[in-house]
Amino acid sequence: MTATTHVDTVGHAAATPEVDQPYRELGLKHDEYTRIREILGRRPTDAELAMYSVMWSEHCSYKSSKVHLSYFGETTTEAMRSSMLAGIGENAGVVDIGDGWAVTFKVESHNHPSYVEPYQGAATGVGGIVRDILAMGARPLAVMDPLRFGAAEAPDTRRVLPGVVAGVGGYGNCLGLPNIGGEVVFDPSYQGNPLVNALCVGAMRVEDLHLAHASGTGNKVILFGARTGLDGIGGVSVLASDTFAGDEGGTGRKKLPSVQVGDPFTEKVLIECCLELFGAGLVVGIQDLGGAGLSCATSELASAGDGGMRVELDRVPLRAKGMTPAEILSSESQERMCAVVRPEDVEAFMDVCRRWDVIATEIGEVTDGDRLVITWHGETVVDVPPRTVAHEGPVYQRPVTRPADQTDLEADDPVVLERPHTPEALRAEILRMAASPNLASRAWVTEQYDRYVRGGTVLAQPADAGMVRIDESTGRGVAISCDCNGRYTRLDPYAGAQLALAEAYRNVAVSGARPVAVTNCLNFGSPEDPGVMWQFERAVHGLADGCATLGIPVTGGNVSFYNQTGHTPILPTPVVGVLGVIDDVRRRIPTGLGAPGDTLLLLGDTADEFGGSEWAHVVHGHLGGRPPAVDLDAERRLAGLLAGGGVSAAHDLSEGGLAQTLVEACLLSGRGARVTLPGADPFVALFSESSARVLVAVPESGTAAFTARCAEAGVPCHRLGTVEAAGALAIEGLADLPLDELRTAWEGTLPALFG
Amino acid sequence: MRIGVITFPGTLDDADAARAVRYAGAEAVALWHGDADLRGVDAVVVPGGFSYGDYLRAGAIARFAPVMGEVVRAVRGGLPVLGICNGFQILCEAGLLPGALLRNAGLHFVCRDQRLRVERTSTAWTGGFEAGAEIVVPVKNMDGRYTAEQSTVDELEGEGRVVFRYLGANPNGSLGDIAGISSADGRVVGLMPHPEHAIDELTGPSADGLRLFTSVLGSVLA
Amino acid sequence: MARVVVDVMPKPEILDPQGQAVANALPRLGFTGIADVRQGKHFELEVDDSVDDETLAKIAEGFLSNPVVEDFVVRRLPA
Repeated sequence: MTATTHVDTVGHAAATPEVDQPYRELGLKHDEYTRIREILGRRPTDAELAMYSVMWSEHCSYKSSKVHLSYFGETTTEAMRSSMLAGIGENAGVVDIGDGWAVTFKVESHNHPSYVEPYQGAATGVGGIVRDILAMGARPLAVMDPLRFGAAEAPDTRRVLPGVVAGVGGYGNCLGLPNIGGEVVFDPSYQGNPLVNALCVGAMRVEDLHLAHASGTGNKVILFGARTGLDGIGGVSVLASDTFAGDEGGTGRKKLPSVQVGDPFTEKVLIECCLELFGAGLVVGIQDLGGAGLSCATSELASAGDGGMRVELDRVPLRAKGMTPAEILSSESQERMCAVVRPEDVEAFMDVCRRWDVIATEIGEVTDGDRLVITWHGETVVDVPPRTVAHEGPVYQRPVTRPADQTDLEADDPVVLERPHTPEALRAEILRMAASPNLASRAWVTEQYDRYVRGGTVLAQPADAGMVRIDESTGRGVAISCDCNGRYTRLDPYAGAQLALAEAYRNVAVSGARPVAVTNCLNFGSPEDPGVMWQFERAVHGLADGCATLGIPVTGGNVSFYNQTGHTPILPTPVVGVLGVIDDVRRRIPTGLGAPGDTLLLLGDTADEFGGSEWAHVVHGHLGGRPPAVDLDAERRLAGLLAGGGVSAAHDLSEGGLAQTLVEACLLSGRGARVTLPGADPFVALFSESSARVLVAVPESGTAAFTARCAEAGVPCHRLGTVEAAGALAIEGLADLPLDELRTAWEGTLPALFG
Repeated sequence: MRIGVITFPGTLDDADAARAVRYAGAEAVALWHGDADLRGVDAVVVPGGFSYGDYLRAGAIARFAPVMGEVVRAVRGGLPVLGICNGFQILCEAGLLPGALLRNAGLHFVCRDQRLRVERTSTAWTGGFEAGAEIVVPVKNMDGRYTAEQSTVDELEGEGRVVFRYLGANPNGSLGDIAGISSADGRVVGLMPHPEHAIDELTGPSADGLRLFTSVLGSVLA
Repeated sequence: MARVVVDVMPKPEILDPQGQAVANALPRLGFTGIADVRQGKHFELEVDDSVDDETLAKIAEGFLSNPVVEDFVVRRLPA
């Protein structure tokens, strides 16, 4: 494929079957290329080859994951489906939350671009997920970003982390979306492959749901938003199907940076413009342009509709000179949308775009055929059945093998690790853990994010879940948390995925909301590694079975493969996001300690569980044994109990155990606590990571009633002590930890590392 | 009582400023950047955000909008105007307030709950505060470091036109811990922190910010 | 000592939202005839005579500019 003045038309392709095409460089295997020739009955044109190669990439086609992802559908019951208005396969899943409101949410990965150019990679990740939510017809309400980096003290982490954080903030802040949560996790396995996942949640009235299809012969196809330039040409194909250091100029041009630059200002204007268009009823179908750009938007719109589509590619407004049809189709220029509009509405549509200074161009129309036909100055350069591009890509049944080292890993029980025993040693361990990079305060990161804009944020980091108000008159709102512990998943992918689900579910419940739906971002190594595919399959099954047990559906998700440094895959990292509904946000449960005099209770039982724990990682650099036991029925009982109220504040127990939860609860509330540890072994009580546990503060007067409800609900309840006005975290017989000392330990770490 | 809230392309906190106006008991009137029309409002809020992406300089492009010409004209007649964050930057660029806002000293966007002292209560927007009151209001910006020539700062301090001052750690390196200033007649006030995000304890750190909006009601009706 | 100027510009094919915003504002302010604006950075370095061109290029490429998205030009100004 060359970028000369010659344009490869369908006629020319039919007449020149012998032309040698660079399908391998575009990431296609020989049999995939052969299949394209069979579908078309001739060789593809340059433009068609560009479309198929990008749409059949792992990133767009899910060719390695599809056979496993179908398990989500198989395990979703009718009851679970009942509140879903749109599910897997749409831009984002949509859930009915009552009162006529629908909520849509989704997470996506932008891992590889964020390693190449941390600021722009992270920024455009936010931009992309926000457009996905917008394309459902919803107003985007909030974002959150689960982030994972190499070891905190590694030199490259100092390059990647500040850039990623500034990019997330720079884009989201300028866009006017509050950032209400997320994760920052350090582990050496992410050294050459950080994980930058981006979540967005949006809301709409149920009747405003917009799906991506091009229906109605004669309806116009309008491209609007930014101009199309040479951004990320071949990006999806090159970035997601092989290594990302490879060839960037897949279309024969001189080396182009496969980096897209985001323009949050243009996106903000595009959001307001789209919402005005939706409100005026001027849109039949809409699709955002993300990875694979126009290739994806046109083929997906056309194959989801009831007809075909004709597009005049030469009408696309360009930013660069001399772009070829293949380049225009593959461009990943940001901040663009594609809408299907009734002919009689086109003028009104254009008026709204003019009011917002948004460039809008009619580029084609819906036809009554079943072909996607794309012309270039009158000559046909694409003539394909759209479904073969968008939905009928290759499907692989990759080999799946339990890794050879898995048995040894499980047998390497952390029980052999030396534990602190004396009060002095335990006290020092509490401070050391609180200051460790994975447990220390995230304020250095989250202070760079606007959590207030839009005025609906009720809970944000460091709260267990983010919560936003949706309806100002009723107070109805949603809570979201996303979580994953890659070390647990490495030890047992099935249990690890369920533990991620359990934690996100618990975090939502702890905020006072009722968990209703699940999304995910499955970050794994190479699907060509049978051990990675085993991790993937087990994690998918664990998550799906877990959702079935909890009775909440997976409404969508994203798969990111090829996350590895050299041949070493990352820790398997299925990030799970849980959405909850709260009828009135004024009934939220704050994260922390409650009022002085409140009773502190520990809900749930604690066992000696240190496999994959933060303590084993921080103190011994150890990863082995079994992750904490999963008990989803216990999680469900706990959530049911919390939904009944009676709690003045709460905080989830997770990495770092009860010690970390107490430290955080004290510091977030600026109050002290006097507690007696439950059980015989203070070390286990402080640092075990047993699941299904929550610290709650209950008003003294309501304690008896609350403990009675615990007994009734079957939730174990241990009285720890009371909330104090100020001063210290006092652990009976063990340690007095003044708040100032805790604060210095907890807050100093990230600023010392990143400035 | 009708208070206008201007929307530029890239304005973000307009809905929030309008909510604060309503909470204060006034009617919020949407004003569009492209219309040279203040729709007869009694006061104007220029809200926060990133008008025109903050490209070139924060506020540099927005100050030329048709609506700003009307604001400048109306200020001569004593119209109370409040510029919040990007609105403060726009008022400085438009010459309605002296000085400029530069990139934060730490070079990062900073979002935190900020303690402030109300230094001047004889403005249209702070009449409802006790002199010297300490309030907590979110600050969130990239370019919040107030700067001006020394003679200007001396003048502001000498005339008591520093309206809000940061307490505790200075979040952005502002000269003299200046968080907000006023025009000589006290009708125009600009500040970097966001009072519209402190109108109740559900969505903000306090309800202290609401008092700016109730103050202007008193000053207009008086 | 010599004065060295380093100009850093977004690569031609890279989106420049800042330049675009300025370009779009100009006609609204009544200035016509300006087809495009690109915004970059201008650095002035006071440089010891012992610093050679190769070192300056390293500084410009590895630090002052981001080679992924930006080009640079180094000029030594006459004393």
